[in-house]
Amino acid sequence: MRKCSLDKINLVFAEIAKNAALYLPVDQNDGSAAYKKWEEGTVWSNALNTVRSPKDFFFPQTEDLMAFKVEGKNIEVMDTRSESEDFVVFGVRACDVKSFDILDRVFLTEPVDSFYGSRRQHGIIISLACTRPSETCFCKTFGIDPSEPAGDISAWKTETEIFFLANTEKGEELLNKLSALTEECDDSAVNAQKEKITAIMDKLPLKELKTDAFGGGKTNELFDAPEWAELSQSCLGCGTCTFVCPTCQCYDIKDFNTGNGVIRYRCWDSCMYSDFTKMAHGNNRLTQKERFRQRFMHKLVYFPENNDGEFSCVGCGRCLAKCPISMNIVKVMKKIGGNKSE
Amino acid sequence: MNNMTETLIPKIGVITDVRIDTPDIKTFRVVTPDGKKAFDHRPGQCAMLSVPGVGEAMFSITSSPTNEDYMEFSIKKCGCVTDWLHQAEPGQQITIRGPYGKPFPVDDVFAGKDLLFIAGGVGLAPLRSVINYCRHYRDRYGKIDIVYGSRSKDDLLDYQEIIEEWSTDAGVNVHLTIDNPQEGWDGHVGFVPNYVKELGFDTNKVAVLCGPPIMIKFTLDGLCSIGFDKTDIYTTLELRMKCGVGKCGRCNVGAKYVCKDGPVFRCDELDELPAEY
Repeated sequence: MRKCSLDKINLVFAEIAKNAALYLPVDQNDGSAAYKKWEEGTVWSNALNTVRSPKDFFFPQTEDLMAFKVEGKNIEVMDTRSESEDFVVFGVRACDVKSFDILDRVFLTEPVDSFYGSRRQHGIIISLACTRPSETCFCKTFGIDPSEPAGDISAWKTETEIFFLANTEKGEELLNKLSALTEECDDSAVNAQKEKITAIMDKLPLKELKTDAFGGGKTNELFDAPEWAELSQSCLGCGTCTFVCPTCQCYDIKDFNTGNGVIRYRCWDSCMYSDFTKMAHGNNRLTQKERFRQRFMHKLVYFPENNDGEFSCVGCGRCLAKCPISMNIVKVMKKIGGNKSE
Repeated sequence: MNNMTETLIPKIGVITDVRIDTPDIKTFRVVTPDGKKAFDHRPGQCAMLSVPGVGEAMFSITSSPTNEDYMEFSIKKCGCVTDWLHQAEPGQQITIRGPYGKPFPVDDVFAGKDLLFIAGGVGLAPLRSVINYCRHYRDRYGKIDIVYGSRSKDDLLDYQEIIEEWSTDAGVNVHLTIDNPQEGWDGHVGFVPNYVKELGFDTNKVAVLCGPPIMIKFTLDGLCSIGFDKTDIYTTLELRMKCGVGKCGRCNVGAKYVCKDGPVFRCDELDELPAEY
């Protein structure tokens, strides 16, 4: 483990940015935080987390897949993929780091999605332990420890210092480049902080939230639960939950006519939208009840069924904070899971 | 340039022939620009066809894998991409990628068995692939019965091939029906599910169903009522798709993706899935 004084953090950022684009959470005018590219003078945010998850770095909201040249009856397909540049994402919380494992299970399963795969190869994650998890946090429900974030390098921040531990070869390589700015240290300060975080976790309001009622094989038991109708009644179908979610990965593929060619691009889509499954001959999810149910059944039943029991939620709490009608996965889990106690 | 292969990036296909099958179904013959088959497939598998600037959609490959020269797609005019394709002329290039999905178990489950194919309307398109595959390897299968119905005589797909080739094969019985009486039609009149019950097949065979959801439902009920077991009945599903490889997240029924776990399902497997298809 290595450490450096927080006074020197901008030197660390400058060193990293010499070789790769560096992104980190930065305060916005509206009081929220967002990932921005670091440049001299950029101030790292103290916020617990960003409004949008860092999934954008690997699975951007929109990206070009290919281009077509159309001339008369003839078409030419142009591979517009370029080699990704190396980049570093700094300050990723344990929940969001875990979301990359979940996205990997989708995009890196054969046939590998080369757009995502290339970015994963070129990206380095420096995670950051949480010092003050909030009342919307429930990562522990999904087995995530906010004091032990994964990633290529794990980091812990105290009042005065920041500690780094490399977990992968890529992380080791990067940490070596920072050797002039950091010094070798033991893990006593980090261990003390882990204890503090654990103590906070034990006081969080959602600490009792359990996944016992969910998991693979529960489809028939839960699909026709009468609670879906009530839970989905006020859902506006706005899709905000899917857009802020670090694990939602449904996408659409569309063509755009540029005037002298066609760009085929991919963009995020949402199972909450009425046209998501609409076909020329009908729609198999006709009302918001079916669409709402799909989102939660996917995260809590279908995904674990196909992925060794892994749930497709990391308890980051973004949907709790952002849903305009205050509906969220926690309410669904309590109601459908039969655990109605607050 | 990123040299990883990418399933979403298609090949070019050339439409070399357009056959008008019914008032709203055309069959398109597709090869690569150098005149070859775009890729090999198994009976029941699908391909993503696209018209750049219009869109991409999933279609069943209606030609048999035993056809080594080209692929065919029978396409009903019913949406943006299909409307555009219906205006296309030979020589038109499109894009093609695949094959996608799980095929019919023609080489294990079907081997040595009597086969009963039941189709309604454009539902014959995915079955034509497996029917012609089984006809090609005729000695590997027992008796073949084909029940096919449509709204009218004019709506029967592949009529020429059915009359001239399928009906004349030894050990192949074709039973055609149309919904309402029509001048010039002396065959059976009535809906497919009822006709299947009237024909009263012995149940020692594998049945394959494809057609509109309502036809599948009643035919399935009918087959079960005459003693068929759902483990011997196969069908295909169709839902909206974008990627074809289980990643874009829209064609799932419960934990199964129609694009990669289907489109072919055994009817007892379907019973395990939520009724959302």
